[in-house]
Amino acid sequence: MKLIFERGKDGQGCTLLPECDVPEIAIDAPVREKKLHLPHVSENELSRHYTELAKQVHGVNDGFYPLGSCTMKYNPKVNEEAAALPGFTKIHPLQPAHTVQGCLEVLKRTEEMLCEITGMDAMTLQPAAGAHGEFTGLLLIKAYHDSRGDKKRTKIIVPDSAHGTNPASAAMCGFQVISIPSGEDGCVDLDRLREAVGEDTAGLMLTNPNTVGLFDKNILEITAIIHEAGGLAYYDGANLNAVMGVVRPGDMGFDVVHLNLHKTFSTPHGGGGPGSGPVGCKAFLKEFLPGLQPVLKSEEHGEIAEDEERALRFAVAGAPVLRELAFAAPEHSVGSVKAFYGNFLVVVKAMTYLLMLGREGIPEASRNAVLNANYMMEKLKDLYPMAYSETCMHEFVMTLEKMKHEIDVSAMDIAKSLLDYGIHPPTMYFPLIVHEALMIEPTETESRETLDEVIAVFREIYEKAHENPQAAHEAPVGTYVRRLDEVRAARKPILRYEFQ
Amino acid sequence: MGSYLPNTKQEQQEMLREIGFESFDALFAHIPEEVKLKTLKLPSGVSEMEAIDEMETVAGKNRVFRHIFRGAGAYNHYIPAIVGSVVNKEEFVTAYTPYQAEISQGILQSIFEYQTMICELTGMDASNASVYDGATAAAEAAAMCRERKRSVVYLSGTTNPQVISVVETYCYASNTKVVIIPEKDGVTDQDALKASLDDAAACFYVQQPNYYGNFEDADALGEITHAAGAKFIMGCNPIALAVMKTPAECGADIAVGEGQPLGLGLSFGGPYLGFMAATEKMTRKLPGRIVGETVDRDGKRAYVLTLQAREQHIRREKASSNICSNQALCALTAGVYMAAMGEDGMKKTASLCCSKAHYLQKELEKAGLTLKYDRPFFHEFVTTSQIKAEKLLAALEEKGILGGLPIGEYEILWCATEKNTKAEMDLAAAIVKEVCGA
Amino acid sequence: MNHPTELKYSKSHEWVKFQEDGTALIGLTDYAQDALGDLVFVNLPEAGDEVTAGEAFADVESVKAVSDVFSPVSGTVAEVNEDLLDAPERMNEDPYGAWLIKVENITDQEELLDAEAYIAFYESEEA
Repeated sequence: MKLIFERGKDGQGCTLLPECDVPEIAIDAPVREKKLHLPHVSENELSRHYTELAKQVHGVNDGFYPLGSCTMKYNPKVNEEAAALPGFTKIHPLQPAHTVQGCLEVLKRTEEMLCEITGMDAMTLQPAAGAHGEFTGLLLIKAYHDSRGDKKRTKIIVPDSAHGTNPASAAMCGFQVISIPSGEDGCVDLDRLREAVGEDTAGLMLTNPNTVGLFDKNILEITAIIHEAGGLAYYDGANLNAVMGVVRPGDMGFDVVHLNLHKTFSTPHGGGGPGSGPVGCKAFLKEFLPGLQPVLKSEEHGEIAEDEERALRFAVAGAPVLRELAFAAPEHSVGSVKAFYGNFLVVVKAMTYLLMLGREGIPEASRNAVLNANYMMEKLKDLYPMAYSETCMHEFVMTLEKMKHEIDVSAMDIAKSLLDYGIHPPTMYFPLIVHEALMIEPTETESRETLDEVIAVFREIYEKAHENPQAAHEAPVGTYVRRLDEVRAARKPILRYEFQ
Repeated sequence: MGSYLPNTKQEQQEMLREIGFESFDALFAHIPEEVKLKTLKLPSGVSEMEAIDEMETVAGKNRVFRHIFRGAGAYNHYIPAIVGSVVNKEEFVTAYTPYQAEISQGILQSIFEYQTMICELTGMDASNASVYDGATAAAEAAAMCRERKRSVVYLSGTTNPQVISVVETYCYASNTKVVIIPEKDGVTDQDALKASLDDAAACFYVQQPNYYGNFEDADALGEITHAAGAKFIMGCNPIALAVMKTPAECGADIAVGEGQPLGLGLSFGGPYLGFMAATEKMTRKLPGRIVGETVDRDGKRAYVLTLQAREQHIRREKASSNICSNQALCALTAGVYMAAMGEDGMKKTASLCCSKAHYLQKELEKAGLTLKYDRPFFHEFVTTSQIKAEKLLAALEEKGILGGLPIGEYEILWCATEKNTKAEMDLAAAIVKEVCGA
Repeated sequence: MNHPTELKYSKSHEWVKFQEDGTALIGLTDYAQDALGDLVFVNLPEAGDEVTAGEAFADVESVKAVSDVFSPVSGTVAEVNEDLLDAPERMNEDPYGAWLIKVENITDQEELLDAEAYIAFYESEEA
C-alpha cells in the first residue's frame, strides 16, 4: 500500500491552529535550509491511511497470541479508560506535590501491591521496560558492592537459557558475564553454579519458572549458593505470570526483582512499547533506588476519616493511611534511569488491573495460565515432541528437530503456517538451548474453546506438512504480504522514504 | 471481584481432570512447599464499576491546570483529535513487537514513516524506532560514541538536569567518566569546552535550545568538538526543529530529543518518546529496533525489522544496548501528529511558540520581572525577581495558573506554547504585577 | 565445496594465505560461509590493530546471528578489506577472494591444517 508521503498533495492538510494573537516573532537564530518534507493530507485521507494500516496488524484483539515469554494476555478496556482520565493525562510532571497527590498515590499504592506480590520491601516504578528494569536492578547490585568497597565483584552469572537482555544488561553495567550451561532438565546445574561462584561474583540473574517453562525446584539452594559467595540474587520477572500469589521471588531468596507490567499486569504492548519495568528490592537495597520515591509526608495517626476508610478498603493489609505524600530521593540513589517517574500511564493501567483482580483474582490468573499451558501441551505432545516432559508452568517448549530432520519442515515453517489460520506464531528459536524451538504461552485469558481450536489447527498443520512439506515452506499464502527478503533488507538497508 | 478468565470453574475442573490432575493443588504439587505463599495480603478484588470509580477518585486528587506556563522537559501542546483516534485503534494498542512481519505490516510501515519524518526533522540519514525518552536517548547516544581510546563523555551544563542525571547514571554503570562543561551567560562556555576536550573525548552533548530556552551556537560547538576528534551530539526540541538549523546542518553526528511535544500528553511524565537519528556512518551503532524496506516472495514492497544483529537478542553481552521494548505506540503518535500537522502546521506551531513566549516575556518584564539572559530564545526563558519565586507562583496557582518552574529562590523558568492565549498571558502578567507591586 | 590446496585452514573455519612479502590474508572458508548462510555485514578491525592467534578479530552477521571470526595468526593488521562493508555478499559468493584482513609482522600462528586435513576435520565434526 501507499506510504503516507505518497498520498495527498501540496496544499492539502488539516486545519488545526488559530491565528497568532500576539505580534509574530521569528526565531533569532540560524534557520533550517533544508526543506521539511512532511505529509500533506486531509484528515479523511489520514484517517483512512491508518485504518488501512491497522488492518494489517494482528493484535491480541484480533486473535490467539501464544507468544512465549511475552504474556500476550487480554488487555482490559477499563485500564485504558483509567489511563485516559484527564486527572492523569493533563498533569505536568513538575507540578507542586500538593497538586499531584493522586499521581503520588498511584505510585505509592501500586508499589505496595507489587511489593506484596513479589515479597519485596521497596520498589521503583521509574524503569520504562523490562530490559530497563534489569539495568536498574543490576545498578542496585553494583551500588551495593561499591558502597561496601567490594570492588572485586565484577561478574554476573547468567544461565545460557536466559533472555538476551540479561547478558546485555549486565554488560551495560560494566559486569563481565559468566554464562553457565543448563542441566539436562533445563534447570540450573548446581555443580556448575558452585564452580562459577567466587569472591568476584556480583550476582546471579535468573527467571523462575525458567525460560523453558519449568519451575526450578532447587531455587532455595541456588540463591543460597549465591549468597554464601557474597553475591546477590536477581529475579527476572518475565515469567511472573506463572506464580503470582503462589510463590514470591522474595521468599525464594531473591534480593532484587524486575517486573513487566506490560506482560503480567495486563497493560498492552502497543506494537513494541511503552512498557513498564518496576524494580523491587529488599530493604537493605532501598537506599540505592533511582529517581524519586513517593513517601508519606508525616506518619500521622488518629481518627480515620470517611474517605480514608474507603481508601483502606483498597489498600494492602497493614499499609499506612496515605494522607499527604511527597517525593524524596533515596539516600544513596544511583541517580535517575529516566526522566520523571517512569511510564506513568502504564502504571495507572496496572493499578486498575490489580484493584480489580485483588487477592482472589491474582493467584487465580496464574493458576489458569498454568492450566491452559499444560492443557495445550498434553494435547499436542503426541505429535509435537516437547523439549521437557515435566509439568510445565505458564508456557512450554516444543522441539521440531525431528521434523526438520525427517521432512525438512522447520519451526519457522510451522510458525508461518499458523499465520494462514489467523493465529500468531509462538516464539521461535528461543531459548537457544533447544533446537528448532517453538515456545507457547497461551495465557489465562483464552477459553477452552479457543485452545481446542488451536490444538486442532496445530494437528492439521502437522498432517499437512507430512503430506506436502513444500506447502509448509511456501506458507503463509493468505497474508497481506508473504515471507520477506530479510537478507536484502539487511545488506542494502533502506531505512527511510526518499522524496523526489 | 474482577476476572478476565473465560473458563468457568466447572470447565477448569474438567480441563484439570482431562490432563490428569485432581485439582489446582495437584497441578502445582511440584513446587516445593517451603517456598509456597500462605496468604496474599492484597485488597479484595472489585467489579469494573468500582475499580474505575476508585481510579476517578484518585485522579480527582490531582489538580488539572487550565493555564500552563511550565515546560522544562514536558510541554503543553495542542494534540489534534485525529491523533487519539488513530493511536487508540486496538490493533496498534494490543500488538507485540512486529517480529512476524507478514501480519505486522501496519506497525512496520508506520515505524518506517516515523523514521522518515525524524530524518526529515533532524536532517540526519537514519533514525531508529524510538527509545524510552529524551534523557535515555542522550545516554544511548553517548554510548554509541565510546571507542577503546575515546571514552570520556562531555555534556554542556546548560542541559536539562534530568538529562544530565540519566547520562551520569548510565555512565556510572559503564564506568565511564563524565565531564560537565560550565555555562556562561546562559549558554555553553566555548572556551571551557575548547580547553577541556582532549584525545580521550568520545563526544560532546549540547541541548538546543538549551534548558534555559536559549539558542546555543551549535555550529561553533560542533567545530570545537570535531577539532578534538570527538563526536557531536545534539539534543533538540522537535518543534523548534521545524524552523531552526538542523543538527545535520550543524554537523552533528547524532541527533536525539524528547518527542513528547509531538502529540503526547503531559501524563505526569510518561509515556514519552526518545527519538534518535544518526549519520549514515553511525547507523549501525544505533540502539534498538530499526525498520527497513524490502520485498516479499512475490516482489511486493514490504517492511521488516532489520539490522537485528546489533541487538541484544542476537548479540547478547556484546550488544551495545540492552533495549528491547521501546515506545512504539508513542512513535506512532508522533508520526500521526506530524502527518496531521504537515510542514506548515509544524512551522506554524514553532512560530506560535516563539511569538507567545516573547510576548509573555515582555509582559512579565512590564509586570516587574527581569529577563535573566539577554539572548535569543525559543519558547522558554528565565526571569529573576525581587520577590521570591515561591510567592509569585502561589499567587498564580490561586488563580488556576501553573506558572513557570522555580529554578532558584528568585528565578523562574517560563514556557509558552501555541496553547497559551494573549488573554491568559495578560492575566498571568497582571497577577505577577500585583504581587511585585505589593 | 571448494577448499583450495594452496591455502592453510584453522579449526575455527578461517583460511590463511601466506604471501611472499611475509604478510598473510585471512578470510572465511567455503564451509564456514555455507554454514553461516547469507552474510549481511562484517565488523572489521582497523589497520594498525594487533591480532592474536586464536582470538576474535572481527564478527560477521547474518540476518539472525552474529559469529566471531578468529585470527589464525598473531601480528598487526596491515589492511582491511573495506569493499566487504558495501558488498558483504562477496563472502558468500567468493569466499577466497573476499579476504577480511591482511596481517603483517606475524609473530605466531595456530596449528593450521592443509585442505585435505581440514575437510577431514569438519566432516568428523559433523558426524
